[in-house]
Amino acid sequence: MSPLLDVRHLRVTFTTDGGPVTAVHDVSFAVQPGEVLAVVGESGSGKSVSLLSVLGLVDRRRTVVEGEATFRGEPILGLSERALRRIRGRDIALISQDPMTALTPVHRIGDQIAEQIRAHERVSRHAARDRTVALLRDVNIPMPERAVDRYPHELSGGMRQRAVIAMALSCNPALLVADEPTTALDTTVQAQVLDMLRRLSAQHGSSVVLITHDMGVVAEMATRVAVMYAGRIVETGTVAELFDDPWHPYTWGLLDSIPPLTGPRPRRLPSIAGMPPPPGRTEPGCPFAPRCRAAMPICRLPPPEQVAGGHRALCVLDAPTRAALRPPRVAA
Amino acid sequence: MLATVVARLVQMAFVMFGISVLVFLIFFATPGSDPAARIAGRNASPETVEQIRHDFGFDRPLPVQYVVMMKRLFVTRDLTSFVNRGQKVIPEVLDAIPATLSLVGGAAVLWVLGSLAVGVAAAALRDTAVDRGLMILSLIGISAPVFWLGEVANLLSQSRYHDTWLFSWVPGLGYVPLSESVSGWFKALVIPWITLAVLYIGIYGRVLRANLIEAYSEDYIRTARAKGLSPTRIMLRHALRTSLLPFITMFGLDFGALVGGAALLTEVVFGINGIGRLTFHALQNLDLPVILATVIYASFFVVAANALVDVLYAVIDPRVRA
Ligand SMILES: Nc1ncnc2c1ncn2[C@@H]1O[C@H](COP(=O)(O)OP(=O)(O)O)[C@@H](O)[C@H]1O
Ligand SMILES: [Mg+2]
Repeated sequence: MSPLLDVRHLRVTFTTDGGPVTAVHDVSFAVQPGEVLAVVGESGSGKSVSLLSVLGLVDRRRTVVEGEATFRGEPILGLSERALRRIRGRDIALISQDPMTALTPVHRIGDQIAEQIRAHERVSRHAARDRTVALLRDVNIPMPERAVDRYPHELSGGMRQRAVIAMALSCNPALLVADEPTTALDTTVQAQVLDMLRRLSAQHGSSVVLITHDMGVVAEMATRVAVMYAGRIVETGTVAELFDDPWHPYTWGLLDSIPPLTGPRPRRLPSIAGMPPPPGRTEPGCPFAPRCRAAMPICRLPPPEQVAGGHRALCVLDAPTRAALRPPRVAA
Repeated sequence: MLATVVARLVQMAFVMFGISVLVFLIFFATPGSDPAARIAGRNASPETVEQIRHDFGFDRPLPVQYVVMMKRLFVTRDLTSFVNRGQKVIPEVLDAIPATLSLVGGAAVLWVLGSLAVGVAAAALRDTAVDRGLMILSLIGISAPVFWLGEVANLLSQSRYHDTWLFSWVPGLGYVPLSESVSGWFKALVIPWITLAVLYIGIYGRVLRANLIEAYSEDYIRTARAKGLSPTRIMLRHALRTSLLPFITMFGLDFGALVGGAALLTEVVFGINGIGRLTFHALQNLDLPVILATVIYASFFVVAANALVDVLYAVIDPRVRA
């Protein structure tokens, strides 16, 4: 099966006052039809920028985007704004992180959803409104006939995020990019929204790129995972591969920070000590080495890529060393 | 919505009342100064002063004085100016109002449209030569004093090039009432309108550009782009709509002040007998009745413009309606 979205050697450089800053280095990933790819990593690791730059949603005049990307086999990087406009919202939709700021404050949510439908399809105002009501019903917003006429500030964060999801699904996109869709929500609401997102994306036949920093969400939602660190994908594979046999010490750290599903929640979850490197870093070696508990002198050279089928990682550690440092978890 | 309007109107009435009391107290109850003598003017005889003291009730308690004054101002409208030898104040003010309203109203239309065009174009073409050119032009417009601009306009259109095809249509200085001739009114005011509007086009255009650029960094603009909307639609429906609030606030303040007399320089340069000039002359002669009338008139417009701004706020931003 050919991938829906195929990104190769993506490199994104921002022009800043302090000179060029490369936020994404040589990132490659593919999204297959119908799958949920999770992109996971600490804040600032380049998750959003990787996806937004493919959609042309970064500031073009201050950003250099290099590499190749195809959507349905057609190149998408470097398309004109006009050509991208036909894809955005219709074929690829975006759900952004903060529902409090993602909607225009001065327009009714129904109008904002209908506006997207009418930007891509020749439907009457009335038909667009009917479809909007149906969409709001699908995302479990109570009294959707009334909710269409509400302004964003009249809805709670969870309800707004549902409206944003309804908007994203309004044109049956082939691909849904959800950028930390639940990070800003209460924990109880998070589970509901994720559940709904999974159900509806399956129902609409949309593939999903789910950006998150929460490995727990990955386990719940994803089929495959790409772990990002300092603008690179340091490990990628199926959820089973990464959870059962993680190769990269950074992935270990992320996995260790998942709260246990049963039993008392530990007072403090273990977190990875140290800070990610600043985005302008230029040393060639492994960017994680300064925080890595398995770091060796060789880590000052660019890390080699290890490959086994679809499972890849940028790390020198071989299987015996990994096994010695971190015994594989027995699947529960 | 209707409740907002009614509430604002009631509030406005209270503010107007407060202002009239305050103005009255400042001019007529300042300790140590005799209002009767001031109304009578500099070289008035003692008999005249006594006459005025009695007519205005200055020998009676303050609240009575206030009521008498307001009655003569609004009900009998026979307040007279002694400095100007008994001329009635109210007709004088009423004559000046249409001239000022025509001047400021027309200029306001120009400056709102002009600054919307400048701000939107500069923000849409941000960091291009067009943007930079527009910003420099608006800076020049802001820096050019209105009396200088007006004199230059007069020099070109009234004398120097008056006989060329370009300016032969320009009538002599002065205001032509709308009721007299629509085309005459228009011709007499076009150049004053432009002169007065230049400064505000510059200020508003720059402020709007800054607000639009700020709006473009908001999440909801990225949402709008991710929806596949056209740049025009994003600009007008999403960015501009949310950037208008400061614009409207400024407009309310400036419009109120200008109608209230701040268009003085333009009125003087173009020989328009408006509120600004009337107030200015009254101040020069310490013509208390006229000052009282124009200050109350001006405050009415400032307050009314602010009430209108509040109503517009509610129209534009649903968050204000709550
Ligand atoms: N417009 C920009 N100009 C300069 N640097 C940027 C810009 N946008 C993002 N960055 C930088 O790129 C890096 C990755 O950001 P981002 O993709 O938003 O991280 P996250 O993984 O949290 O989504 C960060 O270091 C951020 O500071
Ligand atoms: Mg992000």
